[in-house]
Amino acid sequence: MSDLPSLTAHDLACRRGDRLLFKGLNLRLESGRGLWLRGRNGRGKTSLLRLSAGLGAAAAGELRWGDEPIKRSESFRHQRVWIGHQNALKEDLSAIESLQFLARLHGRRHDLPAIQAALAAAGLQDRARAAVRTLSQGQRRRVALARLVLEDEPGLWLLDEPYDALDVDGVRWLGGVLRHHLARGGSLMFASHLPAEADGPVVDTLDLDQQA
Amino acid sequence: MTYVKEEIGFVAILARDLRLASRRRVDILLPLGFFVVAVSLFPFGVGPEPNMLRQIAAGVVWVSALLATMLSVSHLYAADHADGSLEQMLLSPRSAYAIAAAKASAHWCLTGAPLVLCAPLLGLLMDMNSQALLILTATLLLGTPILSLLGGLGAALTLGLRSGAVLLILLILPLCIPTLIFGAGAVSAAESGVSVEAHFSLLGALLLLTGLAAPWGTAAALRIAVE
Repeated sequence: MSDLPSLTAHDLACRRGDRLLFKGLNLRLESGRGLWLRGRNGRGKTSLLRLSAGLGAAAAGELRWGDEPIKRSESFRHQRVWIGHQNALKEDLSAIESLQFLARLHGRRHDLPAIQAALAAAGLQDRARAAVRTLSQGQRRRVALARLVLEDEPGLWLLDEPYDALDVDGVRWLGGVLRHHLARGGSLMFASHLPAEADGPVVDTLDLDQQA
Repeated sequence: MTYVKEEIGFVAILARDLRLASRRRVDILLPLGFFVVAVSLFPFGVGPEPNMLRQIAAGVVWVSALLATMLSVSHLYAADHADGSLEQMLLSPRSAYAIAAAKASAHWCLTGAPLVLCAPLLGLLMDMNSQALLILTATLLLGTPILSLLGGLGAALTLGLRSGAVLLILLILPLCIPTLIFGAGAVSAAESGVSVEAHFSLLGALLLLTGLAAPWGTAAALRIAVE
């Protein structure tokens, strides 16, 4: 198992408009660890995830991947997986085509059997050829999250409300995927409002309500 | 297993955009329809005098192609921005330059190329002779990629703005003036018996320059838009 660098934030501050969401935030996310971001709406969970993904600039402080700043790190570009609130699927493409495009774009396995297997793992084998337009919100979320199944190497997963719109089966499936990811040495940061699942991944929590 | 080559990102985005367009064929016909209608308005406006039409034909076709391109380019990044695809593209290992180049190329294939194919017919309508038609088509073939590249830059700069489409036209049209001058100028030069070589060289130079600079600017604008 290769050693995944750790993500560190030092004295991080984030500003939205003229409002300071958080400041002086320090964190260290090591290989094999998960971090669950909690906090009320508007506390900056999504902003922290976006900053960690390299979207946007911090008001102060720095995020590093190993010993390099994330924006300059070549390995970070390959090892970071960001699934935001939006699913990044195209209404007019089928689930297979959408997922295949994302996998190809990110340089992951994108042959048809691999894509079909990923969708089957997400419980969408019957709907794989259907246009995304015809899928429900929960099914769309599953297609977006099926990308995680195509991740062969442990990396840093940044997931914004991954459980959003998922049903009970979906939550259990995702919990299993995340547990497996942590067990093989990947690292994970996610925001969620759901109470911790009994069989979900074992994670540390960061409560942003106490950061402001 | 990772496949990281720039051309793969370029081809993947281009192929996806062409496939998306094939699912919505009407969208391709809209700029083309605008182009045809705009050109055919001129005989009504200036009168059906063949000499007059022949004189203004190249300019009319060029200006209409320019406007058709600008109208269709304003949504180039909007859908990808709204559904999160743009974020995924910019966070992928592909360079933003390749992404911008792929999007502009897709736009040219879907708008520029049909305009080039349609232009000789409209030229014929305006009573242009065969030599002028040939030159008009050739200048459009060189010129429309420039318009797609500049339009892509404008679309990226105005991404997420409420009156983006109008702002785009105001921002980018002045940059298109040199292309318009050399494009339409080549046809009038040929008609007055002057060599058109200089016009084509300048159009080629403009294409190279825009091809190098516009995706770079587009990439920077896109990074700002997703922040």
